[in-house]
Amino acid sequence: MASKPRTLYEKIWDSHVVERLDDGTCLLYIDRHLVHEVTSPQAFEALRLAGRTVRRPDLTLAVPDHNLPTTPRVDADGLRLPIEDKQSAAQLAALEANAPAFGIDYIDATAPEQGIVHVVGPEQGFSLPGATIVCGDSHTAAHGGIGALAFGIGTSEVEHVLATQTLQLRQSKSMEVRVEGPLGPGVTPKDLILHIIGVIGTAGGTGHVIEYRGRVFEEMSVEGRLTICNMSIEGGARAGLIAPDEKVFDYLKGRPYSPRGEAWGKAVAWWRSLATDDGATFDKSVIIDAADVEPTVSWGTSPEDVVAVGGIVPSPDSFADPSKREAARKSLDYMGLTPGTPIEDIPVDNIFIGSCTNSRIEDLRSAAQILKGRRKAANVRWAIAVPGSGLVKRQAEAEGIDRIFTDAGFEWREPGCSACLAMNPDKVPPGERCASTSNRNFVGRQGPGSRTHLVSPAMAAAAAVTGRLADVRKLGTCQEAGG
Amino acid sequence: MKQVSTIEGRAIPLGLKNVDTDVIIPAHWLKTVSREGLGKGAFETIRAAPGNPFDVEDFANAPILIAGDNFGCGSSREHAAWAMLDMGLTAVIAPSFSDIFAGNAFKNGILAVELPQEQVDRLLEVAAEAELTIDLENQVVTTPFQDRFEFEIDPFRKRCLLEGLDEIGLTLGSDSEITKHEQMREGTLPWLDKPKRREAA
Repeated sequence: MASKPRTLYEKIWDSHVVERLDDGTCLLYIDRHLVHEVTSPQAFEALRLAGRTVRRPDLTLAVPDHNLPTTPRVDADGLRLPIEDKQSAAQLAALEANAPAFGIDYIDATAPEQGIVHVVGPEQGFSLPGATIVCGDSHTAAHGGIGALAFGIGTSEVEHVLATQTLQLRQSKSMEVRVEGPLGPGVTPKDLILHIIGVIGTAGGTGHVIEYRGRVFEEMSVEGRLTICNMSIEGGARAGLIAPDEKVFDYLKGRPYSPRGEAWGKAVAWWRSLATDDGATFDKSVIIDAADVEPTVSWGTSPEDVVAVGGIVPSPDSFADPSKREAARKSLDYMGLTPGTPIEDIPVDNIFIGSCTNSRIEDLRSAAQILKGRRKAANVRWAIAVPGSGLVKRQAEAEGIDRIFTDAGFEWREPGCSACLAMNPDKVPPGERCASTSNRNFVGRQGPGSRTHLVSPAMAAAAAVTGRLADVRKLGTCQEAGG
Repeated sequence: MKQVSTIEGRAIPLGLKNVDTDVIIPAHWLKTVSREGLGKGAFETIRAAPGNPFDVEDFANAPILIAGDNFGCGSSREHAAWAMLDMGLTAVIAPSFSDIFAGNAFKNGILAVELPQEQVDRLLEVAAEAELTIDLENQVVTTPFQDRFEFEIDPFRKRCLLEGLDEIGLTLGSDSEITKHEQMREGTLPWLDKPKRREAA
């Protein structure tokens, strides 16, 4: 192996190269493949047509999440309830049939371990540091939070991994996002990643793998790191990474798929060796001053359209680039916003707390802290809390968090992708505004005509109780608002 | 993979930046277990607006789309590529593409041609009245007005497209290398092998 100092990304990449072709394309070995119902049926079908098998079913785990309704899945007698939407039901049935047919572990929609694939992977210890992890979903980047090289793939690549356990790839460039200084009170990992995307832009990381560096990430919880890496794709990077450390090892120890005994010790020793070497260089480097990061809100229809909550809706004329000016004009028209309006004067109709970005226990705790003893404002028509997995839901219920949500006027749902992407019954109605802890504010993302404002869980809770986008720091009890 | 060499025809001058895959095919179209028939939902929100370029008669069945920076950003859904193919598009020209979309396009024989913004602007102009030609072998886009814009393409992808190679078939040709890697991995990174689900400790 090369003796020059290497980055975390280069170390993981080098250890997984099966074959290097003359033109620089590499055959990369894949350690973990997560499969869900929406991007896999065509891949299994193609395998069948070609008479191919799954090379390593033991390295593959299937769980439905995207189009499952988040309403109860079993009746009072524990019998499974049917899914009304015929296409969704057929897609789920296809995964339920394909997984056992190809020998793949399957987590059933009614199992307590079911949840959003990117919550389930780390929670089950299936995702591990230093591993290459893929899934037919762009938010696979999330698993970089535990130090895995994880990225989203298309369905043809899903088929390729199923058949060969490898991918043909070219190594990406490396990019460092270094954050200096500590985050202020009430500023969460979600605010930080929204701010970072605002700085680098949605194409800022294209062709790169981002490594997030600096004390703030060392001090951040594992769940916060998963939130950060999750949205790397919104900055254009296929993957994001944070060096694995003791916090990650503590988080993974004893989880169902985690290594045990002698294997655990060997694994930890290797994981410790993965951190970027002193003197290693990055192709691109961005430095962010943590003092500049405030509770952050998106105002437009691209994740780079962000502003501090104390700010105003920007004027399209404030952008130097003419195409950005035009895009801002269109965005504001779609969002129904007038330039110059203070962000805190924008009323909201819906609140969504959930998604692979922000549905873990810390996220729910952070929102509950703001909601405790409060109720959603009268103008908030629909507020929904969707835990990332059945285990997160159980944990929250054991802590009484479900009661805090329901007492505040929230619906407490079953785990799934829910209102993040409008392919299950949870949708934001046309023309209505939603303070959402999800990851994309694209046109129509939460339903045709829906208007999304991306925020942290604590900020979503603050929006729920005030009925408008609000600065969580003004509501008190923000000193511990993590998430 | 379908063989691709030269694409000739009208080009839809969309020009927009940051066309995300939710715009190319909204999520409610993703509940299918097939690759077919997604053209109906392609660019649904854009096509719903009066006067959009997809409605212009000259562009009916056009094989080429011209867009702005960062085309195909967002979700990894390959349905975006399938939807474009289903509506007859076999090439996209833009100043840049998201990594995942570029891969998905390639796997489906859609040429993703990257050109500098000035050249894309010129092609947007030409597209209003004339056909474009994309010659993959020579890596060049030409117009009837003597424009000639060369583009770069990954040599591996170029070969696969020109020869219509089956990528999985190619990889399976490296089967013994993969097996060798697996044996090595069993020795050096044994905990990555055969994970077994056990009760949480």
